Amino acid sequence: MLDVIDLNIEFHDHITPETVVYDFDLHLDEGEIVGIVGESGSGKSMSALAIAGLLSRKKMKKRGQILFDGVDLLTCSRDTLRKYQGNDICMVFQEPMTSLNPVKRIGWQVGESLRLHTELSEDEIRNKVIKMLEDVELQDPESIYDKYPHELSGGMRQRVMIAAALICNPKVLIADEPTTALDVTVQAQIIKLLKKINKKTGTAILFISHDLSVVRKLCSRVLVMYKGRVVETGEVNEVFDFPKEEYTKRLIAAIPRMEKLEYE
Amino acid sequence: MKVRFKENRRLYIGLIITGLMLILAITGKFFTPYDPNAMDSANKLAGISAKHIMGCDNFGRDIFSRILAGLDTTMVVAVGTVLIGVTFGTVIGALTGYYGGRPDEIMMRFNDAVLAFPSLLLALVIISIMGSGKMNVTIALGILFIPGYARIVRGEFLKCRNLDYVQSARLMGASYLRIMFVHILPNTIPVLLSTVAIGFNNAVLAEAGMSFLGIGVQPPDSSLGRMLSESQSYLFLRPGYALCTGSVIALLIFGFAMLNEGLEKHA
Repeated sequence: MLDVIDLNIEFHDHITPETVVYDFDLHLDEGEIVGIVGESGSGKSMSALAIAGLLSRKKMKKRGQILFDGVDLLTCSRDTLRKYQGNDICMVFQEPMTSLNPVKRIGWQVGESLRLHTELSEDEIRNKVIKMLEDVELQDPESIYDKYPHELSGGMRQRVMIAAALICNPKVLIADEPTTALDVTVQAQIIKLLKKINKKTGTAILFISHDLSVVRKLCSRVLVMYKGRVVETGEVNEVFDFPKEEYTKRLIAAIPRMEKLEYE
Repeated sequence: MKVRFKENRRLYIGLIITGLMLILAITGKFFTPYDPNAMDSANKLAGISAKHIMGCDNFGRDIFSRILAGLDTTMVVAVGTVLIGVTFGTVIGALTGYYGGRPDEIMMRFNDAVLAFPSLLLALVIISIMGSGKMNVTIALGILFIPGYARIVRGEFLKCRNLDYVQSARLMGASYLRIMFVHILPNTIPVLLSTVAIGFNNAVLAEAGMSFLGIGVQPPDSSLGRMLSESQSYLFLRPGYALCTGSVIALLIFGFAMLNEGLEKHA
């Protein structure tokens, strides 16, 4: 369904062009959960933003292809791209505190995709939004509909973001470190929720994280990125148990372990 | 949003004074105790009395009636000025702030050029081209106000355009115009509102200043600035004329200034 072939991303807003992603390849099937791991600055977020079509077309040169159902998102017209954005491809950002518009009500923000992509009336949108808020396991969706973002906690906002992303039944959900800014218990709930939604609606998830244990729990396949290149890719268990590349081995060795700490 | 009096006294004081002025101005539009332009030679420079609560001017016109009518003129000019300034300023600021790049540079340098001139001088130039009168003063001042608002709105848009919620609106497939005016613009309102209050202030002062110099509102229309300039000649004979007119301007400005400070607290 989603195929990224030889994607290169180059920054052109400085005097010398700078390449941040080299030959990125990705294949995503329907209903699949694929993880991208790597340290900060390894290009994982950049690749995700490119797939979502959020990178400036002028300041960043991109080579390669991003094929979504056969349409190249890099070269298609703005209008075509907009038709896919929000409707088929959605994204949840890392920081739930800033990813909601502070002056708009929750219900309005969640329903925005429906307003842009469907011809539903305001009443129908309201019903759908409340149903969606219920699906992401928010309590009392009726009252949350009329609330402003500052009245919700971080975990609730991230659920709202997920609801806003999924309202149009997208085929791909890009989650860019959706749990990094949350505490551990909320993290676990959000991961569980994503897994449940994936099973229920068949939405494929591209999960970006530097938390290897989360990726291991959630994903079926994983890509390891380092300095803008994909260094290793494969089934999660294979990559984690029998890493081939030196960098992957070091990355896995860097996971803090309880036993080790106790001996020291 | 509920704000208690104790938390923000200035906002309340500003609201009360401005509201009072607004009521007086609206009253002046429909009802004045005397015809503000009716001369009465028997009452030339009459003092304060029960019939004329602020006395009469050098033509025997009732000062209180003229202040009411003048307040109306001043308000209309101020509102018109701010409206022109905010509308065009917001559109220019939104477009340049959101898109950035070369058009932004060109527009902002043009802005700087306009801001570099003393505003009264520039207003004089525009008035001398278009002629004086209420309408032309409003347009001239409105044009002068555009760069200031454009700059403020541009700054807010620059701040907002790369925030996550704008990215996420973009990702939902919203068009540029929708992102600009539905998603970002409401976020600039707190800042815009307080500058609008101070804008009224500047507009009132500019109109009064221009009328004082004789290039603003033309007789027989009354305006506060014009009345202040007329009262000048009788400052020692009838200090009440200048005092009444001057204190109404001062009160008007004070009200807007308080409103601005009160709003800034919440921006």
